[in-house]
Amino acid sequence: MSKVFQYAPAPESREIARLKPSYQMFVNGEFRDGSSEPVKTINPADETPLAEVAEAGPKDVDDAIRAARRAYEGHWSKLPAAERGKYLYRIARAIQERARELAVLESLDNGKPIRESRDVDIPLAAAHFFYYAGWADKLDYAGFGPSPRPLGVAGQIIPWNFPLLMAAWKIAPALACGNTVVLKPAETTPLTALVLAEIIAEADLPPGVVNVVTGGPPIGQAIVEHDGVDKIAFTGSTEVGKIIQRTLASRDTKLTLELGGKAANIVFDDAPIDQAVEGIVNGIFFNQGQVCCAGSRLLVQESIAGELVDSLKRRLTTLRVGDPLDKNTDVGAINSAAQLARVRELTESGVEEGAVRWSPPCELPGRGYWFVPTMFTDVSQAHRIAREEIFGPVLSVLTFRTPDEAVLKANNTAYGLSAGVWTEKGSRILAMASRLRAGVVWGNTFNRFDPTAPFGGYKESGFGREGGRHGLEAYLDV
Amino acid sequence: MRSRARSPAALTRSPAHAAQASRKDVRDAVRAARSAFAGWSGATAYNRGQVLYRVAELLEGRRAQFADEVAAAEGLSAARARDAVDAAIDRWVHYAGWTDKFTQVVGTTDPVAGPYFTFSLPEPTGVVGVLAPQDSSLLGLVSVVAPVLATGNTAVVIASQDRPLPAVSLTEVLATSDLPGGVLNLLTGFTGELAPWLAAHRDVNALDLTGAASAARADLRAAAAENVKRVYVPRATDWTAAPGLSRLHAFVETKTVWHPIGI
Repeated sequence: MSKVFQYAPAPESREIARLKPSYQMFVNGEFRDGSSEPVKTINPADETPLAEVAEAGPKDVDDAIRAARRAYEGHWSKLPAAERGKYLYRIARAIQERARELAVLESLDNGKPIRESRDVDIPLAAAHFFYYAGWADKLDYAGFGPSPRPLGVAGQIIPWNFPLLMAAWKIAPALACGNTVVLKPAETTPLTALVLAEIIAEADLPPGVVNVVTGGPPIGQAIVEHDGVDKIAFTGSTEVGKIIQRTLASRDTKLTLELGGKAANIVFDDAPIDQAVEGIVNGIFFNQGQVCCAGSRLLVQESIAGELVDSLKRRLTTLRVGDPLDKNTDVGAINSAAQLARVRELTESGVEEGAVRWSPPCELPGRGYWFVPTMFTDVSQAHRIAREEIFGPVLSVLTFRTPDEAVLKANNTAYGLSAGVWTEKGSRILAMASRLRAGVVWGNTFNRFDPTAPFGGYKESGFGREGGRHGLEAYLDV
Repeated sequence: MRSRARSPAALTRSPAHAAQASRKDVRDAVRAARSAFAGWSGATAYNRGQVLYRVAELLEGRRAQFADEVAAAEGLSAARARDAVDAAIDRWVHYAGWTDKFTQVVGTTDPVAGPYFTFSLPEPTGVVGVLAPQDSSLLGLVSVVAPVLATGNTAVVIASQDRPLPAVSLTEVLATSDLPGGVLNLLTGFTGELAPWLAAHRDVNALDLTGAASAARADLRAAAAENVKRVYVPRATDWTAAPGLSRLHAFVETKTVWHPIGI
């Protein structure tokens, strides 16, 4: 078939991203250099440097937290709630207006397909600001008692898989509730957060209400260890989440953690197979599988396992892997060399431990961080690829016979972020949902996100919710 | 026929002529509101919020014009008229923000004693007839119209009889916004003449009596009983006060859905 139909390249122009040679961090309403040497952020699709980015030192973190405190006490916490809301509406509108620029910039810095940054990341980021803008003057109705109070200064540390979207998830509810923030984007994907800082500056937010400091783990650690923060919100690995929880053990700092996952995507024998195949593919290959709620464990009922795996193989063969800026691309680049090494290491462990590896025929670009979509069958629950979060485009297929067995296997993990259930029976979806120990359960769909819907984990996937009315609690003194 | 829009500050001077609606116009407006209902109530809450927020942005763009009209209509000083217009814009923004939150505040899942997943959600009542307040030509109008639209209803509004100009200008704003045609229909004319037709119309589901003369309320309520309309009579009308939830509650139905749970 590929001999008949060929896709012509359809790349989005990188000019739209308006890349600058260097980016500064944003402290107390001003863009400034960091006190450490600037670092280069690179395009994971071809390993070329994109721009130079300021690197913070401990002093910058201290300045930012002090600025946030001054802004909180001097102005922001006293502002009428509706006025806070107006700033957020303005930010939301500006994100919409600069959506194309942000989408291309995100794909360049992260490696994700432009179709995803254009259709998912950026519109959802704007929608989050709109949603929480509306909450600012309605907190009395949010179910936390009359006149709930903000916490103060929030330190927020976000990952590289959805850079702008995670910034929106963190900043929007914090500001709506009356807090001020110090945000640290991931060191490999700082650019859209810094453009968001430009938007925030143009929206005339008072200095210090939002501060963006850039740097690696030491800067995150400096934020967590600073006694000037009243709240830490972290999205990232379970390993780092545990370190943060321990670090804060001796303080009363409020903490929310959104950590790793190893979601089960459970397919019953009565499921609509074609629809399930699309959901499985979306569940594990969306964003190259670099999603904390990715459906990385496929649990398929034994009687249809062969048929489903064959369908999956056919579907995977049609996935287009390549240039993230090409509008036809389904799977883009892995975000960093370190992440690629981890995906490779875990994949090799799958082969060594006896699972059967399969990938579609696929030509990968010569430069950049690439990994071919991969599926393992004959996976046992003891295999590392069934237990550890790979955070890459790798699917592990396991089977079950009865609903009880599906529940046992699905819950047999330290994580508990999300799960999927595929069946024609609504009653079965609800019964499974009530037995699955996971914060989000998708029925006959997967990877759905919305500002109104809470998101977060059970068990070692963290605690606290982001999104929805529930998401306000993380930023209120309740 | 046309009635003259009067300004209490200078009753001898007419700022404009307003169209005088008839019974036929009421019927046409109800038909338009009914045909727009499926689309508007079926739109996502996010979409309704975006459309309404855009209206607020457009209102802000014509702030000066509205301030002049409100000053003339209500006999206010320029400064107080500006305050009223700003409050009207803020109120519109406030209700735009409710579109995707009201369900989260008043909806429930119901922990029934059995293997059922049961939830109760608000849904829009349908076509709402609104008698706009007679005194507050813009802030009052926005305060009664925005909650009706935010919850997904469509509306037939009878503007303030003597102060219709800000209302007419509001419809110009709506016409250039993304609000689908028929979602809001505004009639100018004599409230006392038009209200009985609206109250008795069998395809109107609810009635807001804010702008009705108190002497007319009993008859309008009685007419509304013909098809069991929900009738809303406000207790207080301090338009500058925080609006609370009562107008959002007024024009929704509660739908409870049961679904079995079981393997």
